[in-house]
Amino acid sequence: MKLLFDGIDEPGLNTLNVYERRGGYQSLRKALAMEPEEVLGNISDSGLRGRGGAGFRMGQKASFLPRGEMDKYLVCNADESEPGTFKDRELMQKSPHMLIEGIVIASWAAEIDRAFIYIRGEYALQADILEAAIAEAEKAGYVGEWILGSEHSLKLVLHRGAGAYICGEETGLLDSLEGKRGNPRLKPPFPAIEGLYHGPTLINNVETLCTVPHIIRMGGEQYAKIGTETSTGTKVVSISGDVQRPGNYEIELGIPSREIIYGLAGGPPDGREVKFWFPGGSSAPVLTKDDLDIPYDFDSLAKAGSMLGSGAIIVVDESHSVLEVALKLAKFYAHESCGKCVPCREGTNWTVKMLRRIQAGEATPMDLDIMASVQEQIIGNCLCVLGDAMAMPIGSMVEKFRPELEAEIEAARERAGAGDLEAVIPLGVADEHAGPVPVH
Amino acid sequence: MSPVSRGVSAEQRHQNAGQDGPQRTPVPRFGHGSRVPGWDESVDLSKDPAVVPDPETTPVPEALRQEIERAMAKYPDRRSAAIPALHAAQRLHGWCSPEAIHQVAAVMQVTPAYLTSVATFYDMLETRPELQDHHDVYVCTNISCSLRGAGDLLDAMVAAAAGHHDVHVRAFECLGACDIAPMASVDGEYIGPLETGDAVTVVEDLRAGRPVFEAKQLRYRKCADPEVAQQEHEG
Repeated sequence: MKLLFDGIDEPGLNTLNVYERRGGYQSLRKALAMEPEEVLGNISDSGLRGRGGAGFRMGQKASFLPRGEMDKYLVCNADESEPGTFKDRELMQKSPHMLIEGIVIASWAAEIDRAFIYIRGEYALQADILEAAIAEAEKAGYVGEWILGSEHSLKLVLHRGAGAYICGEETGLLDSLEGKRGNPRLKPPFPAIEGLYHGPTLINNVETLCTVPHIIRMGGEQYAKIGTETSTGTKVVSISGDVQRPGNYEIELGIPSREIIYGLAGGPPDGREVKFWFPGGSSAPVLTKDDLDIPYDFDSLAKAGSMLGSGAIIVVDESHSVLEVALKLAKFYAHESCGKCVPCREGTNWTVKMLRRIQAGEATPMDLDIMASVQEQIIGNCLCVLGDAMAMPIGSMVEKFRPELEAEIEAARERAGAGDLEAVIPLGVADEHAGPVPVH
Repeated sequence: MSPVSRGVSAEQRHQNAGQDGPQRTPVPRFGHGSRVPGWDESVDLSKDPAVVPDPETTPVPEALRQEIERAMAKYPDRRSAAIPALHAAQRLHGWCSPEAIHQVAAVMQVTPAYLTSVATFYDMLETRPELQDHHDVYVCTNISCSLRGAGDLLDAMVAAAAGHHDVHVRAFECLGACDIAPMASVDGEYIGPLETGDAVTVVEDLRAGRPVFEAKQLRYRKCADPEVAQQEHEG
């Protein structure tokens, strides 16, 4: 079943003409004929869960915003920077009007008259396309004052970021949009109460908002029949890494993960086997080849100790070592940590150092325990989840691949010539200035 | 020495900077030969904290002023335009130089230090000297690209750009195009999947002013989903 990807490759779909010919902006007309509460009711009935990572119910989030006239904002999070995720890129590039239509409908549902799309600075092509589409929509009266003669007005501005993973975190994004360094804020107050410019703010991911026109077209209850009971609808899955056909696929939530990795993406090349996979971006704890039959939906993956996250599957096959992936991952989070909270700032850097020690042959299996405990001390102790996003996958790798990592430690020590016990400095005199241990 | 420079001299920084890009702007010097201090820092840390520049006495290129003012008008709070304004100044100056920051600060009526705090946070804002007309090549080295050989691609790209002072190659975190891994963003144009041999073509295309590697540009790529392709076929 294709909703978001229906006709996505049609030439010129990024222009208003083609989009309208395919039935575009009909959902907006339908929504504007309803009361905002009814639109919100449809979104709630659909059971739509956020597609950006947290999986929070959109209807519920929108209902947290205070009603009535005040400075309220809608922010579309198009900062897609979770490693492995590239679904929003394809949606914005090929069907920008679907996103605009979703934003206009969602802002009507929450009675918001000012919206921003925060797109990552690297997506230059997609930003240009969106800017052109917004101009077209404004000209046609789909965005602006008294939209299609209704009471709804909306000012929509595209804002380009400048390259920072943390700006995908909702409060970091708000700070960045206000023109500051993208440091996350303390929650509560949650953005729905106090967000952008201190006003109540609804923040949704691109894919979530793109789904809204389809919900209005089908009706919320009808949409809820797709997928599983708690994970309704379709999801665009980005699959990459060691697979034969990487790319974006729209699936119905709840199909077996194997069907995506092997069926759609063709599995690892050259007949190799899956070693482990990230089910929801690089922040998700890894799963192994034994977990391939888990249904791909929010709750099944959570039950398996991981998460659906942004819906990005990264497959690693047996030709790669756990250590190399772990180091890459830790380096990324250490680079992207904004530095505001100590456990994340120090923890990510410590983890990189410890992994480098393994590589350099300076580690012992005890380091794995220290590494695991550092991860535990990061989780839940920061303002945002960037630190957790490293700690969870690294922790899961240490847990699931401990024998391999121990073998790696031994091998590296032998390579470094430290495998010989006598060459190892005895405990207690690690400090080279301490001198030899006195013998009594 | 200013405590903020963390004990690293401008000279050391300059040498370190040279490791990931051979190109450098000429060093401004006084008549007697010594360097103008702070030329390679976005803000001169040896001076007293700079106040909001006086727009009357700060010359700002007209096009830049207009672009910044247009950006400020889009937001309820003018400071929201910090990133777009710095981007505009960087396009003009090649990097967020002290001069560029000063000009933006004069138009936005904020302190240069505030803008420096923003510029140093974001990867796409350059706070090290760059040539005015340079090309940015970002090679993605995150997980999915690494699994498919991004490390070798980066080495090849650095080698291909060696000696070309206007091509600035750097490793970048996930660019959101893992479907074309390993890939690079060349002046904002996504290309991939690249092989190590393609690096030379990329640099040649850049130097010749051609569209870079058109055959491998992401903008022409079809959706991977087979059912979408089938629909297209039937339609």
